Amino acid sequence: MVHFERWKIILVLAICALGVLYAAPNLLGRATVDQWGEDLPGWLPTRTVNLGLDLQGGSHLLLEVEVQEVISERLEALLDSVRAELRQVRIGYTDLAVADATVSFRLRDAADAERAQDILRDLDPDVVVETSGDAVGLRLSEAAIEQRTEQAVQQSIEIVRRRIDETGTREPTIQRQGRDRILVQLPGIDDPERVKRLLGETARLSFRFVDETTSVQDALAGRIPPGSELLPSAETPGQQYVVRKRVMVSGDTLVDAQPTFAEGQPVVSFRFDSVGGRRFAEATQENVGRLFAIVLDEKVISAPVIRQPILGGSGQIEGNFSVQAAQDLALLLRAGALPAPLTILEERTVGPGLGQDSIDAGKFASMLGLVLVMIFMVITYGLFGLMANVALLFNIALIFSALSILQATLTLPGIAGIVLTIGMAVDANVLIFERIREEVRAGRTVISAIDAGYSRALTTIIDSNVTTLIAALLLFMLGSGPVRGFAVTLAIGIITSMFTAIMVTRLMVVAWLRRTKPKTVPI
Amino acid sequence: MRPLRLVPDNTRIDFLRYRIPAFILSALLIVASFVVVAANGLNFGIDFRGGILIEIRTEQPADIAQLRSTLGGLGLGEVSLQEFGEPTDVLIRLQQQEGGEPAQQAAIEKVRTALGEDVSYRRIEQVGPQVGAELIEAGTLAVLLAMAGILLYVWFRFEWQFGLAALAALAHDVITTIGLFSLTQMEFSLSSVAAVLTIAGYSINDTVVVFDRVRENLRKYKSKSLPLILNEAINETLARTAMTSGTTLLAALALTIFGGEVIRGFSVALVWGLVVGTYSSILVAVPLLLYFNLRRGEQKSGAKTATETS
Repeated sequence: MVHFERWKIILVLAICALGVLYAAPNLLGRATVDQWGEDLPGWLPTRTVNLGLDLQGGSHLLLEVEVQEVISERLEALLDSVRAELRQVRIGYTDLAVADATVSFRLRDAADAERAQDILRDLDPDVVVETSGDAVGLRLSEAAIEQRTEQAVQQSIEIVRRRIDETGTREPTIQRQGRDRILVQLPGIDDPERVKRLLGETARLSFRFVDETTSVQDALAGRIPPGSELLPSAETPGQQYVVRKRVMVSGDTLVDAQPTFAEGQPVVSFRFDSVGGRRFAEATQENVGRLFAIVLDEKVISAPVIRQPILGGSGQIEGNFSVQAAQDLALLLRAGALPAPLTILEERTVGPGLGQDSIDAGKFASMLGLVLVMIFMVITYGLFGLMANVALLFNIALIFSALSILQATLTLPGIAGIVLTIGMAVDANVLIFERIREEVRAGRTVISAIDAGYSRALTTIIDSNVTTLIAALLLFMLGSGPVRGFAVTLAIGIITSMFTAIMVTRLMVVAWLRRTKPKTVPI
Repeated sequence: MRPLRLVPDNTRIDFLRYRIPAFILSALLIVASFVVVAANGLNFGIDFRGGILIEIRTEQPADIAQLRSTLGGLGLGEVSLQEFGEPTDVLIRLQQQEGGEPAQQAAIEKVRTALGEDVSYRRIEQVGPQVGAELIEAGTLAVLLAMAGILLYVWFRFEWQFGLAALAALAHDVITTIGLFSLTQMEFSLSSVAAVLTIAGYSINDTVVVFDRVRENLRKYKSKSLPLILNEAINETLARTAMTSGTTLLAALALTIFGGEVIRGFSVALVWGLVVGTYSSILVAVPLLLYFNLRRGEQKSGAKTATETS
């Protein structure tokens, strides 16, 4: 052990130097590093530790895509085409309905069963048709459901990203989690209300005609013409419209939407792509004088009269908007509609004040812990304690450089992990030093006592650290958010502390032995 | 300067003599923990129970009574208010709202509207019923798997007897820590699970160090009686135990006193865990080995020679 190969010395020193180099940006602070960044050579590391949302402030939202909605919409559409198909081929049926993810009906004549099955099977490759007696059921195949889900979630992530990007949030993280969840992390946002409101809208826009053949009173009394439906107004509570179900132009043909002003009122101007523009032109050309309803998420924003054909492929939505509402609507229209509604399963928002307080408290506690531990070590082990303290400082540098290089996230429990590591990091040295004391008492010479101390303590150090590492790994795998951050710092701390306590102090001890050739061990 | 010795050289304390009182004390602690948990339950935080937590800061020292009447009138069910660290900081807890996920968000809106513009929001957390149930599952799984993993490792590195004794000490520490949470009604949250697992890791770390010495001495001194070997192993590692527990405790205490309100529960649990973890290694785990049929061979396993026991 006293023999230390040159390459090992170089390796240990190199690791320590790199540790300090990579940890340095954290010590200087982000602002200084950015300021100096241009003058420094490019190879110098500039990355700092990622602070978790609980430290830098921000909002964490766990969203769920209501995939069920996509499936039921699909089934409703299927129901419509089943009805049309059966009518066309003149097969009599009753009780056509959607229930339990199945479109079901009864045949008037059970003898039609086979013919119905054949026809319906050709209707849609995704559909499984089952008959028993006069009962027929159609459901989506597992593969089709899986594919729809996948599509809906992917698309939702894309739309969520676009909407959040439009709000100008810096460095948002948008990740898929599990089958149908989306994790959104918004650093620096302390009031996520606007984002939550924006994500809460499906934002499906359609232009449809108001059904002027009937009055709202009649419709409310239950006499709704087939092909029409009763929709509430988005602006005036209680007001209702009877609107045709047929969509003349849908919002997915929009290419742009901007908030602007018309006659002093905030409005949203929009532009269609060529297909949408043509459809819009046709619809308005043939229906001058009729009421055209602008429907967003099953609510009527407004229903203006078509005064003249709109041929240019662009138009305006007037409603009783505030400036903010017009901006938000334009943003939603630009970003596109969600395939299914999103619900917020979990929200954690930390204001910047609390985050800063946590950082300050964490810093103070770690500094204090560090100083106390170092004093304790020097009092107990003298010169050797001093060497252990140097190793401890390198250990902290290595933890921070590892966190910076891995771009791991430092959370408040993560700071606790570092504080704890400070306490436990000296354990390896304590084990070694106590062992050396024992060997000295047993009458060994200086070199052989130190040698035995290191080699005998080694298995103990490994055994005791691996067990803690197991706990850290499980925390990492099963924990979420801040707890995960704790596990990362704990695990990194265990590994770096083993390195510094064993290699770095040993290097110092060897150098000291060579230089002073001591007769006794001052321990 | 002559280095300090926390534990004088050649300390010979007959730890095994105190094993029966220690076993009784530990048994009592464990039974008491079960009784307290059964009677009091755990004060589950919103991580597990679901619900809403809002931390606000008011400009003037907060008038809790007035806040209570403002928020109590919103019809959001049980509202609990608590001063949090500073007189201007208040923690508001709302129970899980009826009506699924959207109702939770609606409740947050209501509180914000009711409190108006005079307060700043330091923290808003909302956990829906689904996520809460999943977090309970993941937390329980983490603790059980960690214990199983540690047991397997100790078994693999030592012998099964050591594994069982270590597990007993570990379970002792985990159970009494949970008992502490129940007794003090400190909030039991995700970070509490992290604390419990850290305690598990620390406790086993401590136990393994002493076990290592037991194993070494078993090989070295074939003729010594088992109680003697166990006692010597504890005494020989006592200085290290005191030193490491001491430094870690210093760091944990710094965290408890100055680390801030948010992780107070976590750090208090750590301090407790360090104390019971150290105690259980010395007075539970090692004495338990007396009651197992330890093999006194050269090798850790497979060696059929010398099965002498005492």
